[in-house]
Amino acid sequence: MQVKTSIQKMYFSNILLGLFLSFISLSAFANEPAAAPTPEVKETAAHVAAPAEAKTEKFDPGKLILHHIADEHEWHFFTVGHFHATLPLPCIVYTASSGLQVFSSANFKNEHHEEVPYNGFVLEHGKIHAENGEKVFDISITKNVASLLLSAVLLLTIFIGIGKKYQDNPHRAPKGLQSMFEPIIIFVRDEIAKNNIGEKHYRRFMPYLLTIFFFIWFNNMLGLIPGGANVTGNIAVTLVLAIIAFIVTNLNGRSTYWTHIFAMPGVPKWMLVILTPVEIVGVFMKPFSLMVRLFANITAGHIILLSLVSLIFIFENAALGLAVVPFSLFMNVIELIVAFIQAFIFTMLVSNYIGSAVEEHHH
Amino acid sequence: MELITPDFGLIFWQLIVFGILFFLLAKYAWKPIIQSLAEREQSIDEAIKLSETTRAEMAELKAGNEQLIASARSERDALIKQAKEASDAMISQAKLDAQTAANQEIEKARVAFEQEKASAVAAIRKEAASLSLDLAEKVLKSQLKDKAAQEKLVTEWMADVKLS
Repeated sequence: MQVKTSIQKMYFSNILLGLFLSFISLSAFANEPAAAPTPEVKETAAHVAAPAEAKTEKFDPGKLILHHIADEHEWHFFTVGHFHATLPLPCIVYTASSGLQVFSSANFKNEHHEEVPYNGFVLEHGKIHAENGEKVFDISITKNVASLLLSAVLLLTIFIGIGKKYQDNPHRAPKGLQSMFEPIIIFVRDEIAKNNIGEKHYRRFMPYLLTIFFFIWFNNMLGLIPGGANVTGNIAVTLVLAIIAFIVTNLNGRSTYWTHIFAMPGVPKWMLVILTPVEIVGVFMKPFSLMVRLFANITAGHIILLSLVSLIFIFENAALGLAVVPFSLFMNVIELIVAFIQAFIFTMLVSNYIGSAVEEHHH
Repeated sequence: MELITPDFGLIFWQLIVFGILFFLLAKYAWKPIIQSLAEREQSIDEAIKLSETTRAEMAELKAGNEQLIASARSERDALIKQAKEASDAMISQAKLDAQTAANQEIEKARVAFEQEKASAVAAIRKEAASLSLDLAEKVLKSQLKDKAAQEKLVTEWMADVKLS
């Protein structure tokens, strides 16, 4: 029942998202030609915290939102006046001519917080380019990577700690953090893995399923913290998760799985001409849908929250906060549910795909 | 467009971080957790089964005990009854024995008494006879000194004889 209502709310939020997306993309594209990489525009992000400046420049919510959900080379927390609370992150770039170089992203900013080139590289729209036009392999520790590492440390600390407790007293009742996560682990095992993969094979996929579940959930939650990074709302992250799901599913494909793709039993031969291509597309479509679903849901949540806050600055009316703040609080709570639901759905679909791959012939 | 273009650097790091995360968590977290959860469930299952069988055994034992107690009780009752009967029989026998013994004693005493009495009566009779003879002799001797007296006496005796 609760899940049902939250799903209904998700639909509701998706409709909202649609409205906002069209609005944002329109305004973003409308302003695109005017948006030269001047220091003023670069500081639009600061307007949320510094509304005093809003009067001097035109507020562009599309720019602000896209900036907030995109990756960046420094971790920007807030700006008050001319004080920018940012954490410079290490840039790691490789070019054929100058090799591997590591330097701080603070080098791209001068004392007036303006973007300057450094060491033959220039930071433009959050991307590092070589001034000589060479191809740059940028494996910098960006905000998302830093957040990723943070979540990894968090996951390792929590779950290795819990694992040790289990190892020490395997037959004792759980305590503390252990008792907080045990129901969730059992939920993943019984409701997701056992139900979809089956009693026979589920056990060897448990480590993978638990890892993706908690990885997605933790990163979703970390993204909801103000100033947090939008890791699971980044297409690169969901792409990797989807590719891993694709590999795991297909490596475990048994004869039944492959026969159902290439020679669906029980259909006339000529139908296979249509069915087989559809099935082959389906093989790639499944992970693609995983990638898009997670990315879109999490990004949508961030966009909605940012849009709601932006309303105050669009109308330049602080009184609007009376309506916007409770509503964004409501949305934030919805997002907490969505954070769990998306982790659940991703894990459930992956185990469903694995389940169909390992299924044995039983006609 | 930038939003849906995967960034090379992030793909690279995500692969590495997720790979390491999976390896470490699988080895140090999920393996002991899953194993001990399964073990715990199994041990709980076994404990429940054990308690059930124990309970059944206990019930069986209890039923056996009750049967035992009941049979012991009936045996005891039988024993007590038997003992009572035996004692009753013994008491009545003893009473009977005592009665007969007493009767015999009394009979013996009576017989002895009768004999004593008979002999005593005989002795007294004998004594009385000799005494009366003596007395009669003396009376006779004194009375028969004269003739008249002797005749009177003979007449009296004769009268007596007639009467009897």
